[in-house]
Amino acid sequence: MTTHDTRPGSTGGADVPGPLYGGPDDDYTPEQLAAMSREDLDRLGARYDGVEILHVDAGPEPGSRLEKRAIRQVGLTFTLAGVFAFLFVLVYVGSGWFLPDWHWEISEGGWSALFTPLLGLLMGLSLLCVGVGLVLFTKKLLPHETAVQDKHDGSHFDRVTAGATLVGGWHNSGLARRKLITRSLLLMGGGVGLMLIMPLGGMIKNPSKGNPLGTTNWADGVRLLRNDGTPIRPGDQEPGSLETVFPAVPGGNRQADAATMLIRLRPEQVESLRPREGHADFAYGEYVAYSKICTHAGCPVSLYEQETSRILCPCHQSQFDVTQGAKPVFGPATRALPQLPLGLDDEGFFVARSDYIEAVGPTYWNRERI
Amino acid sequence: MARTATLPGAPTTKLGKAGYELDDRMLVSPWLRRTLNKVYPDHWSFLLGEIALYSFLILLLSGTYLTFFFDASMREVVYEGSYAPLRGVEMSAAYDSALTLSFDVRGGLFMRQLHHWAALLFVAAIVVHLLRVFFTGAFRRPRETNWLLGVVMMVLALLMGVTGYSLPDDLLSGTGLRIISAILLSVPVIGTWAHFAVFNGDFVGEEIIGRFYIVHVLLIPAILLALIGLHLLILVKQKHTQFPGAGRTEHNVVGNRLFPTFAAKATGLIFVVFGVCALLGGLVQINPIWLWGPYNPAQVSAASQPDWYIGFLDGSTRIFPAWDINLPGDYNVPALFWPTVVIAGAMFTVLALYPFIERKLTGDTASHHLLQRPRDVPVRTSLGAMGLTFYIWLMVAGGNDVIADKFDISLNAMTWVGRIGVVILPPLVYVLTYRICLGLQMHDREVLEHGIETGVIRRLPHGEFIEVHQPLGPVDAHGHGTLAYGGAPVPKRMNHVGGARRAIRGFFSPIEEPAQVELEQRAEGRGLAAGEERELTSSGRPIDTGRPSDGGRPQEPRD
Repeated sequence: MTTHDTRPGSTGGADVPGPLYGGPDDDYTPEQLAAMSREDLDRLGARYDGVEILHVDAGPEPGSRLEKRAIRQVGLTFTLAGVFAFLFVLVYVGSGWFLPDWHWEISEGGWSALFTPLLGLLMGLSLLCVGVGLVLFTKKLLPHETAVQDKHDGSHFDRVTAGATLVGGWHNSGLARRKLITRSLLLMGGGVGLMLIMPLGGMIKNPSKGNPLGTTNWADGVRLLRNDGTPIRPGDQEPGSLETVFPAVPGGNRQADAATMLIRLRPEQVESLRPREGHADFAYGEYVAYSKICTHAGCPVSLYEQETSRILCPCHQSQFDVTQGAKPVFGPATRALPQLPLGLDDEGFFVARSDYIEAVGPTYWNRERI
Repeated sequence: MARTATLPGAPTTKLGKAGYELDDRMLVSPWLRRTLNKVYPDHWSFLLGEIALYSFLILLLSGTYLTFFFDASMREVVYEGSYAPLRGVEMSAAYDSALTLSFDVRGGLFMRQLHHWAALLFVAAIVVHLLRVFFTGAFRRPRETNWLLGVVMMVLALLMGVTGYSLPDDLLSGTGLRIISAILLSVPVIGTWAHFAVFNGDFVGEEIIGRFYIVHVLLIPAILLALIGLHLLILVKQKHTQFPGAGRTEHNVVGNRLFPTFAAKATGLIFVVFGVCALLGGLVQINPIWLWGPYNPAQVSAASQPDWYIGFLDGSTRIFPAWDINLPGDYNVPALFWPTVVIAGAMFTVLALYPFIERKLTGDTASHHLLQRPRDVPVRTSLGAMGLTFYIWLMVAGGNDVIADKFDISLNAMTWVGRIGVVILPPLVYVLTYRICLGLQMHDREVLEHGIETGVIRRLPHGEFIEVHQPLGPVDAHGHGTLAYGGAPVPKRMNHVGGARRAIRGFFSPIEEPAQVELEQRAEGRGLAAGEERELTSSGRPIDTGRPSDGGRPQEPRD
C-alpha cells in the first residue's frame, strides 16, 4: 500500500470505512482465523502483544489420582468457605433471636463475650478458605506456563512528532512574541490563584491576641477545688500526698491548662525545699502547688514518687524535683513546672494569690515574651 | 455492523455474541487482549505492594461503614449506653458514638477492630514493600517517579493513622492530640500561628475532632486514591522489574500472563488479606477505648504509646536531650522541635531523594529493569540496614518505659541506653552489613570457581584426602569453573542442582509411583541417576585432569 491510500481523511469526501481498528486484519483473513485452533489464536494474539509462551507444564492428567486429589482439596476448601460464611450469618442474625443476646453485660462471660470473636473467626476462616482455595486451584490444577514479554524503549518517532505538535501550538499562539499577553497571564494566574486560596484565611487566628496561650483561669482569690468540686483546707491532705486541683470557675475542671498539683511535703522535704528565684513565698507552709501540664509536650505529669520527691511525666519521662521548685532533673523537659502562689481565704480554704507568673505548658517560639 | 455477524469464525454462543456486540460498540478487545496477555514476574516479594493495596481496600470499605455511626463532634454529652462502668459519665459526642458503635451496634466492635488492624497492616505492608524496592534497587531509573509517589503515599498513610486514632477522643487519643499540639507549637516563628490555624485557638478547643475527621475520611483518602491510581498506571506502563535469571534480560519480563494464573493468585491474595484482617479484628482486641475513658486534660495513663508506625517519633522525643536553644530577644527553639519535626522531615526527605543521591554518587544514569541482589550492592544495602536500625532503635526507645517496667530496669538507664544506642548502633550495623555482603559475594564466587561441596571425601593415591567438588559448568585446565557471576542466586547444595530426586508427592501416603518419578526425572536429565553419571564424567576429575578443584589450592601437583 502506498502512503496515499492510508492517509487519514483521504477518501475525497466519500463516506467509506477506513481500515479496521487495532489488529492486523489485512494479514489474517476471517477464513484463515476460522481455520486456526483456539490455542493457536491465543498464541497469535499473545505474539501480537509481544508475549511468547515459552513453556507450558500441563496440569495434572485428567482422571489421574493427582487430579482427583487436587479437585477434592479445592472443592473442600470452597465448601468450607461457604459453610463458615453461612455460620457467620447464623451468628450475626441469630444472636438475640434463637441464640443468646450479643449485648455486653458486665457480669457475663458467655455468649456476648464470644460474639465479636466468633464473627471474626468465622469471617476470617471463610475468606481465608476462599483465598487458599484459589491459590490451590492455581497451583495444582491450572497449567503452569512461563511467558516472556518484550519490554520496549520509547520511540524516537513518537517523541519527535509529539514534540513538533506541542511546539507548533506554542509557536502559533505567538505567546513568545506577544509579551502583553504573557505578562497579563502571569498577573491573572497569580491573582486568581491567590483569590481562590483566600477563604482559607478563615482558619487564621492571631495567637497573641488576648494571650490565651499564656494565661489560665487562676487569679487572686480563686479557690482550689478537687475534681468533684470540693474546696481544700490545710490539714485535709496527708503529708507526702498529691492532689489534682482546678480553679473554682465554671468548667474549671475541664480546662486544658489549669490543672494543678497541690502537694503536701513531708517535714524532711520542707527542710530541703529550695524554691526557684522569685518564687520564695509561693508555698503555703508545707504546701506547694505546681502546674500539672508538662513543660515538654503538655501531657499531665502524674506520677509522684514521694521518696525521691520526683514527679514523672509518663509520656516522655521528664522528671521534676518538687523540693527544687519542680526543676527538671532528667529527660527531655527544659523548664520547671510553673508554680502557683498559694494563700488562704477568709473561710480557711486554699486560694490562688494570682495566675501563674509564667506561661504553663509546652515551650514555644515567643513564650518568654508573653 | 451486520457485516461482522456473518464472518466465518464469528461466535455462535450467546455469551460470545454478546461479547462481539459489546466490542462492536466499545472497541475494547485490543485493550482487553493486551491486558490479559500482560506478563507478571512470579516472585513472592512482588506481592508486598499488593497487600498494601488490598488493605487499603479493606480500610475504605470498613471505614465507610464506621462513618454511618460515628459523630465527629466535641459536644459534651452524658453516656447512657450499654457499657455500665461509664454510664452517667460526661464525655464528648465523638467518644460517646465510638462507645455506642462498640457496644450497641451489632458487629460494630468487630468492624472497628477490623479497621484498626487493617490500618496497621496497611502501613506495615507499605514499609516492607518500600524495603523490597530499596534493597533490590527497583527505584533506579526509570522508576524514580514511582519511588517518590511511594514515599509520599507512606507519609500520607502515617497522617491517615494519626488523624484516625485521634478521632475516638478517648484518653489515649487525647494524649496523642496534646502532643501533636505541642509539636505544632514547637515550630519556630510560625508555631503558635499554625497551632491556632489547626485547632482554631488554644488547645483543645471545639473543632479539632471535626477537622481531623474530614481530613481522615475525605482529604487524605482522595489524595491516596489518586496517587495509587497513578502509581499503578506508571507500573503498568513501565512494566515490572525482575530478578536476573535464565532468559531474563533488561528488555523482557518473564513470568505468568495476567489471565488466568496471575489474576487467580492475586484474587486469592485479596481474600487471604481480608481473611487475616477479619481474624485479627475478631479475635485480637485492639484499642479498647472503653478502658481508657473519656479524654481529660488532667489525666493520663502510664505506657501511653501511639500506634507502631509513629513509635519512632515517640522514641526520638524520649531520648532527645533537654536542649532548648535560646535566641536573643527572648525567642527560643524548643527541644521538642528537633526529635519530631526535624528528624521526621529529614528522614522522609532523605528517603524521597535517595534515588537521586545514589545516581549522583555512583554516576549510574542508565535504565535498569533487572533487580540487584542486596549483597551485590553492599554500600546501598549497608546504608539501608543502617537507616532501618536507626528507625527500629527509635521505635524500641518509644517503649522504654514498658521495657524498664517488664524487665525491672531503671527507666533513666533505659533512656541512656536509647541515647547511646542511637549513636553507636547504626554505624556498627553499617560495618557489619558491609562485611556480610562481601562475605556472601565471596562465597558465590568461590562456588562458581571451585564448585559445590559434595560431601564426598576421596583419598588420593599418595594418601591425601580431598573433598570432591561439583563444578557448575565448564572448567579450565586447573579445574576452575569458567562461569561468570550473573547477579542471580548461585546453587550452593547438590540438591539445588538435582543431586537428589525430588520428593514423592503425597502427605500421608504417596500419590505417585517412585519409579515413575525416577523415570520422569531421568528423562529430564536432572534426576539422581543423571546426577551420578555427571559426577563420574565431569567431577570425577582425578581421572581427567588430575584432581578435583578443592577451594584455594589449585596449584597442587597432579597425580
